[in-house]
Amino acid sequence: MNTFKIGGVHPEPNKLTADKKIETLALPQQAVFPLSQHIGAPAVPCVQKGDIVRVGTRIAEPGGFMSASIHSSVSGKVAKIDTIVDASGLRKPAIFIDVEGDEWEPSIDRTPKLVLQSTKTREEIIECIKNAGVVGMGGACFPTHVKLCPPKECSIDVLIINAVECEPYLTADHRLMLEHPDEIIIGIKIILKVLGIDRAVIGVEANKPDAIALLKSKTSMVSGIEVMPLKMKYPQGGEKQLIEAVTGRQVPPPPALPANVGCVVQNVGTVFAIYEAVMKNKPLIERIVTVTGKNVKNPCNLKVRMGTPVSQLLEYAGGMPEDTGKLISGGPMMGRPLLDDTAPVVKGTSGVLLIPESEAARREERNCIRCAKCVQACPMGLEPYLLATASETGDWECAEENWIMSCIECGCCQSTCPSRRPLLDWVRLAKNRVGGIIRARNAKK
Amino acid sequence: MAQKLHITTSPHVHCGDTIERNMRWVIVALMPALIASFVYFGAGSLIVTATSVLSCLFFEWFITRVFLKRPSTLADGSAIITGILLAFNLPSNLPIYMIVVGALVAIGIGKMAFGGLGNNPFNPALVGRVFLLISFPAKMTSWPVPAGLATSYVDAQTGATPLNLIGQIAGGNSAAADQLPALKDLFLGNIGGCIGEVSALALLIGLVILLWRRVITWHIPVTIFATVAVLTGIMWLINPVLYVNPLYHLCSGGLMLGAIFMATDYVTSPMTVKGMVWYGIGIGFLTVVIRYFGSYPEGMSFAILLMNAVTPLINNWCKPKRFGEAVK
Amino acid sequence: MTFILTAVLVLGVTGLVLGLVLYAVSRKFKVEEDPRVGQIIGLLPGANCGGCGFPGCAAFAEACVKAESMDGLKCSACKSEVMQQIAAVAGHAIEVGVEKIAVVKCNGSCQNRPGLRIYDGAKSCAAASLMNGGATGCFFGCLGCGDCVKACKFDAISMNPETGLPEVDQDKCTACGACAKACPRHIIELRNKNKLDRRVYVSCVNQDKGPVAKKACDVACIGCGKCVKACPFEAITLENNLAYIDFEKCRLCRKCVDECPQHSIMAVNFPPKKVVEAQPQVEAPVADAAPVSAPAPQETESTENN
Repeated sequence: MNTFKIGGVHPEPNKLTADKKIETLALPQQAVFPLSQHIGAPAVPCVQKGDIVRVGTRIAEPGGFMSASIHSSVSGKVAKIDTIVDASGLRKPAIFIDVEGDEWEPSIDRTPKLVLQSTKTREEIIECIKNAGVVGMGGACFPTHVKLCPPKECSIDVLIINAVECEPYLTADHRLMLEHPDEIIIGIKIILKVLGIDRAVIGVEANKPDAIALLKSKTSMVSGIEVMPLKMKYPQGGEKQLIEAVTGRQVPPPPALPANVGCVVQNVGTVFAIYEAVMKNKPLIERIVTVTGKNVKNPCNLKVRMGTPVSQLLEYAGGMPEDTGKLISGGPMMGRPLLDDTAPVVKGTSGVLLIPESEAARREERNCIRCAKCVQACPMGLEPYLLATASETGDWECAEENWIMSCIECGCCQSTCPSRRPLLDWVRLAKNRVGGIIRARNAKK
Repeated sequence: MAQKLHITTSPHVHCGDTIERNMRWVIVALMPALIASFVYFGAGSLIVTATSVLSCLFFEWFITRVFLKRPSTLADGSAIITGILLAFNLPSNLPIYMIVVGALVAIGIGKMAFGGLGNNPFNPALVGRVFLLISFPAKMTSWPVPAGLATSYVDAQTGATPLNLIGQIAGGNSAAADQLPALKDLFLGNIGGCIGEVSALALLIGLVILLWRRVITWHIPVTIFATVAVLTGIMWLINPVLYVNPLYHLCSGGLMLGAIFMATDYVTSPMTVKGMVWYGIGIGFLTVVIRYFGSYPEGMSFAILLMNAVTPLINNWCKPKRFGEAVK
Repeated sequence: MTFILTAVLVLGVTGLVLGLVLYAVSRKFKVEEDPRVGQIIGLLPGANCGGCGFPGCAAFAEACVKAESMDGLKCSACKSEVMQQIAAVAGHAIEVGVEKIAVVKCNGSCQNRPGLRIYDGAKSCAAASLMNGGATGCFFGCLGCGDCVKACKFDAISMNPETGLPEVDQDKCTACGACAKACPRHIIELRNKNKLDRRVYVSCVNQDKGPVAKKACDVACIGCGKCVKACPFEAITLENNLAYIDFEKCRLCRKCVDECPQHSIMAVNFPPKKVVEAQPQVEAPVADAAPVSAPAPQETESTENN
């Protein structure tokens, strides 16, 4: 079975919700839309206090080339444009909408009927995706309409669908594949048309045999789409690791992109959003979120409208357990810690994870014993112990020489360190500083 | 909220590994060799080991708590391991005061002088052992003949070890070849030598435990074995009369003990696979050279210490294969 | 016996010859250096703190000698008398500058600014500030991990374990600026050290709106602007819900200190204000109706507090 060659770890999968069907969560009383839900410039509001909106109304325009629009996921009145502490842990501007009823924009096709064909041209499809505010749903939230227009000098030959979901606990993509496989296949065909290629590979981790079997049966009659089971290893779902496992090619270090090795990677949730945008005229207004954790009473997979406060999801799942030590947006290896449960669900919220205090509290940090387990674990071939020490001592030159900008912040190193050193904390600091130095250097040129 | 939330960033889970877990399994992996040494050398091996371990613990406690006035580090288990490994490098009839001196040098100079666990450039047990070898050469180079449990601690009969004999054979003494024990004895451990090094079988069981529990990777021991086998194999093929079969080399002296437990010490060995391979080749090469062309019968301790000195350079030169490097 | 003598002679002669060779080489290949550079290095504190902008004291000394005037050349770690001596050695004129001191503009102690969450990651303010807003309700205030303490080469700043805030020792501080550069939230500022080491400053850098700031910290600046109105010298400005006292314009009159409803303004090294006594009246005087000067929890006369 294919896999990536360097490093990797095997955390406990803990897929508690793999068999739980997706349930629809009730509407919130107030929906909050942070303006920065994607990579690139924050969106710019195009509504103001007092405006009436419907489900699907655009409420913010893209703030630049690398940006995306935001649509209201509820119907009601714009209460205010204020700030909220979102998953980044900082206070960010956001649009607050008081919910009244559930009226949708009439242009949206709400019927469950599968739409198989589209007469749209390639340019029209991209425009449609852009207008729907579709961004990468795997967590990084890269504006999809930009990703589907790779630089002209890159010749793309394969579309890779990221259905790996290597993070422990998360099952949103898994359930999506089981419950909406047809939409996903149509979405893949749309993307193939946009890219002008005829080969797609769906990469799925081997711990989802039911999804693999189902997708294989659905794609058996379709030419050009292949389902490839991949060995269970974290971080198989990382873009670069996935490309290596599927095609054997390694993406060079930044500023190179997957497009430079002929690949475009899309998360399976994004593919579903593309289907809805192009075939159903429905902007990105809801997503599947896994609410889970060892002590959660009712772990579940929920279909949630964007802007719903996390507190509502927790309530549905049986409330926050008494001994919760950490509330995380995303998975346990790369998710962001939430400061409290008032943060809203945004386009990149793949899961809400509650970790008990006993696991959440960091243990005392000890001296590096030079066991090299971090070096063995790093999937990018780096030396985390060296980068962390360089960061601690402010030796940015050493960090840059040792390829620190290649770090994908997967967390493998810190999760294996027997001395409990906060390796990734230090590496993140150094990446920030070295990134600034590189930008300043390039600006001078 | 009843509990204050933690807001530290990812990763939020840990595989559960600790320094103590790794040390614990090293101690477990050393047990077969300890049992074998008791079987062949009797009470002497236990006396030496106990003295060494207790001395190492005492000196580390004393230096850390009384001298430096810092919290105790005994709980991490590394002092116990240094004690056991130092003992394993000594003959089973070594006087107590020598063992204590060895422990003081091993812990005091080999480890604490550099800042404690994680900061020492040389393997502490080997520093202690080499110090004893140079200071008390007579006692350190006379090994009891194994007489099972009946072996006396105080006045055991001493004799030539297989390594002594291998050296004599290479020097042209063909009579020594008849005295060389059978390979089976070398493998099981019924031979003269230091406490921990005699039983290849027990040490290999230890290696399996270390690999199974993911304490070490296979690269260093296998590279050392391969290098020694190839070099001594070439010499054996050139002149089978003077140079013995590589299997004799692998099973005699401190090679197995060194390759499995001493060269693989975390703190003093390289951090990358490429580095570990060069390190292993270096140790293997130096061991064979010292064994055949040096005046000491055993080259392993010196070979490891010399390669320890080179480890920082190896770490600088041998970087791991970076993702995306080839294409760049 | 001869054997020992031979050994001694050989070693002795070898030593002598090598010594002579070394001496000759040291004379022939000597680098000519302006003796003034060495003199200036002797006068400098030698901490290599980088406050002058040069990579070390030796580089600064060279720059002083090479330059044509002392413009832009100042060792902030030296007292002004020493700077005058350095200028004299270099042969330039020098203006006496104003002494400065590092001031920590945050009073969000554990008491004033309760911790709502737990941060147990790497002990680095720089790393912590990148992660999120922090463990309290104020996303601007001191993180308490001690980057400033690590940066100081003069042992002039230390963490107070009770308050969780750094404290500057005004006798040791040389105003080199290392702590100010190290603080990722720019809480530390180099302000004028006036006569008797007095200074008045707003001990807050919170830019959130008033109610948000007040909820997070008891002594946060809420941007009400009362101090701005009270200042007779127009030394206070209000921007982004935060008041700032310009230390060049401030005359240390302390009118703002009394006006501030949040007790955010600190006045350091002043004698305590006299209690205004009630005038003797026919009826029983209202006991202690007199306003005592703002009982800010940290107002002291001696060592700098935050």
